[in-house]
Amino acid sequence: MSSFFLPAVTLWERELVRFWRQKSRVMGVVASPLVFWLVIGYGSNDLARFYSGALVLTVMFSAIFSTISIIEDRREGFLLSMLVSPAPRTSLVLGKILGSATLAWIQGLIFLVFAPLAGVRIGLLELFPVAGAIFLISFTLTGLGFVIAWRMDSTAGFHGIMNLLLVPMWMVSGSLFPMATAHGWVRAIMWVNPLTYSVALMNHTLHLPNAAPGAFESLVVTAAFGLVLLLVSGAMAAQKASRSGA
Amino acid sequence: MIQVQNLTHRYGDRVALANVAFEVKKGEIFGLLGPNGGGKSTLFRILSTMMVPTEGRAVIGGHDVERDPAAVRRQVGVVFQSQSLDKALTVEENLRAQGHLHGLSGAELRDRMARAMDRLGLEDRRKDLVETLSGGLRRRVEIAKALLHRPQVLLMDEASTGLDPAARRDLSRHVETLRTDDGVTILLTTHILEEADRCDRLVLLHQGKIVTAGSPRELRSGIGGDVVVLESADAASLAAGIEQRFGVRPTVMDGRVRVEIPNGHRFIAEAVEAFPGAIESVGLHKPTLEDVFVHETGASIE
Repeated sequence: MSSFFLPAVTLWERELVRFWRQKSRVMGVVASPLVFWLVIGYGSNDLARFYSGALVLTVMFSAIFSTISIIEDRREGFLLSMLVSPAPRTSLVLGKILGSATLAWIQGLIFLVFAPLAGVRIGLLELFPVAGAIFLISFTLTGLGFVIAWRMDSTAGFHGIMNLLLVPMWMVSGSLFPMATAHGWVRAIMWVNPLTYSVALMNHTLHLPNAAPGAFESLVVTAAFGLVLLLVSGAMAAQKASRSGA
Repeated sequence: MIQVQNLTHRYGDRVALANVAFEVKKGEIFGLLGPNGGGKSTLFRILSTMMVPTEGRAVIGGHDVERDPAAVRRQVGVVFQSQSLDKALTVEENLRAQGHLHGLSGAELRDRMARAMDRLGLEDRRKDLVETLSGGLRRRVEIAKALLHRPQVLLMDEASTGLDPAARRDLSRHVETLRTDDGVTILLTTHILEEADRCDRLVLLHQGKIVTAGSPRELRSGIGGDVVVLESADAASLAAGIEQRFGVRPTVMDGRVRVEIPNGHRFIAEAVEAFPGAIESVGLHKPTLEDVFVHETGASIE
């Protein structure tokens, strides 16, 4: 049993230690969604409406930056020795995803500091569902990052996917405009976009308006998406060594 | 300890390894020497269980690398050409993480870490971040890390790349003690001649094939006598002249004429006499592994 959990815990711990030693990373991840939110929020005179979206964007950036490191880590870095160790691949995946998710979570929590600007007051008891929701979203987005990064050969490719897939996904997640007012086909995309449910989940737990999918629905879809991504990540990493040596 | 049988690997149409076979005995320091792109890295990736061969098989300590990679991984320590340390962590933290990956923990792990650091002279750097260490020290940490689970076999890929000659000698010394004191079998890839010279046995790889194999001394003695290198403005015609007059087959590389000949000193005197003005400089040396490689392939290792 310890041969499964020990590697996972070690990787999780490694992510945290690295993060702590490179504190400037926090600013990098929080700053751009913050600026973005303030500009668009003050500009439209509605900070509350864009708050959940900005928080999800913070978590998404953090999750992406953590998982992008997989690509270089495998060529030149710590991942190399992990891959030739007898530790189960699934344990390594779990450790990496939990570690990166924890960092995304911490940065999401930091973003909560700005909640009063959106008119949101979070009591101590309310903090639990809010923190729980942020963790769930962190976990899901890290899983998404992992699935994308695992097969990538270059970080350039990841940036392409980020611009072509992840950012547009975020734009049609209810972060900028609600599903109810969206044009027909955009609404259909929003309805199948897992991120829509993440943003709605934040709106519900923060008692913000414009939450199109219901609270329960948002929770179930976000959790299910996260679980599926975790299983896919595990399956991808557990595949036998390839003939091309990727 | 290591058996490689009819190993062939293709990347699409390109053949990276063609029917390679050799055996490494327990406690040997065994080298794979060849130019970059010669197949060393492919072979290394297969032996370290990172890649599955297209054909043939490799067995380490009785376990097939393709069928039972987990068993192989428990027996093998791997030192990569590229860095596999986490630079943001200290020496000690890197070793501890590696121990955990191998299921080691507690007093046992602490004991092994202390020994590995002692063995490679790293105790006073244990608290240092890896990013603050020199290239030579980082290599030593890599080796300490690879030895933590007490592998019977150590695989090293171009381990001395980027090190200065002093650090390289230091590394060789550590590798030598591992073999003599702990009986570790070592397989290393290299394109550096002096490193290859310190191996017990070698295979020379070129274009995915083994061109020759043996101890460095055997390989060198396969070339009779001396090697004479002549520099000339017109190397081709000088080579033709030498071939005609002395009945040897010189090779021409980079504007130099290379001749393998017994009693090289006598040959030099005669050649300089025979081709006045055609020779710009003259060099004479005992055969090196580079000469063996040139002799077998007509190409240079560098």
